[in-house]
Amino acid sequence: MPSIEINGKAYEVDEEGYLINLADWNTDVANYMAQQENLTMTDNHWEVVNFLREYYEEYQIAPAVRVLTKAIGKKFGPEKGNSQYLYELFPYGPAKQACKVAGLPKPTGCI
Amino acid sequence: MSDIKKFMFVNRKAPYGTIYALESLEVVLITAAFDQDVSLAFLDDGVYQLKKGQQTKGIETKNFSPTYRALEGYDVEKLYVEQESLEARGLTEADLLVDVTVLGSKEMGALMEQQDVVLSF
Amino acid sequence: MLHIINKSPLCHNALESCLRTVGSGDILLIEDAVYAATKGNAMEDRMRAAAGQIKVYVLLPDLEARGLADRIIDGIASVDYGGFVDLVAANKNCQSWL
Repeated sequence: MPSIEINGKAYEVDEEGYLINLADWNTDVANYMAQQENLTMTDNHWEVVNFLREYYEEYQIAPAVRVLTKAIGKKFGPEKGNSQYLYELFPYGPAKQACKVAGLPKPTGCI
Repeated sequence: MSDIKKFMFVNRKAPYGTIYALESLEVVLITAAFDQDVSLAFLDDGVYQLKKGQQTKGIETKNFSPTYRALEGYDVEKLYVEQESLEARGLTEADLLVDVTVLGSKEMGALMEQQDVVLSF
Repeated sequence: MLHIINKSPLCHNALESCLRTVGSGDILLIEDAVYAATKGNAMEDRMRAAAGQIKVYVLLPDLEARGLADRIIDGIASVDYGGFVDLVAANKNCQSWL
């Protein structure tokens, strides 16, 4: 199993760099993952990442993009509940990149 | 997609003992992306999948029962449970973790009849 | 609708659940489910009763393989592999009970 080292601590990741143990996640890990993905984290990024973690906590899955978009819109308003907004934040796919930063597994049926 | 088909997933196995329940759920989540008319039927030990209060820490297995509550967000809202199967297991609708429609055996059979595709797990 | 069963009725409840829910259509017994089509099996009375409303078929090669081709319950029709295909083609949909 590959691992990454952040501030002297080792974390297990899979072949694609997703965190293995959900419980290992912290903001250091999130910032490291974001850096790997060439993302500069803003409040808007954190909003999505934290939302994903809450969603996972409640349903035990990472949502499909369509479901994430709808749920974000419901919670934060229609100006954020659209794929254009989410792709601006996470250009290589909101589910894929945001899940990685959030320390979640890659979503089932992810595009 | 113009050609919408009626898909029914028939679940007849208890969770955790075999992989069927989890596999079915994963296929349902993937199918939901294709904008089809998806419904889920729970018969026999399949009704145990929806039992409230599952705690899997002791068996070191992922508890996937909360995921049934995510189905609504995936626009999968037709969940049918057979009355006779509930009764035979001492369960009632109040024991289930999601809103379902409870049907008698023959009503369930009639619903299967109406489907384009029936996948059994 | 065609319902396909492949488990012995004395080990699994697939056939029983199928008979409980299904009100009309065809049932095809294959593999270990062919035992349900034989005289003297504990399911015999249930099968005779069901054959009134539902057309019940049994896959003959599977019965022959088990040495029971001479004990088919009256009212249950035997089919070969070609007959199996015809049944699938004749029905709008089908369900393989697991």
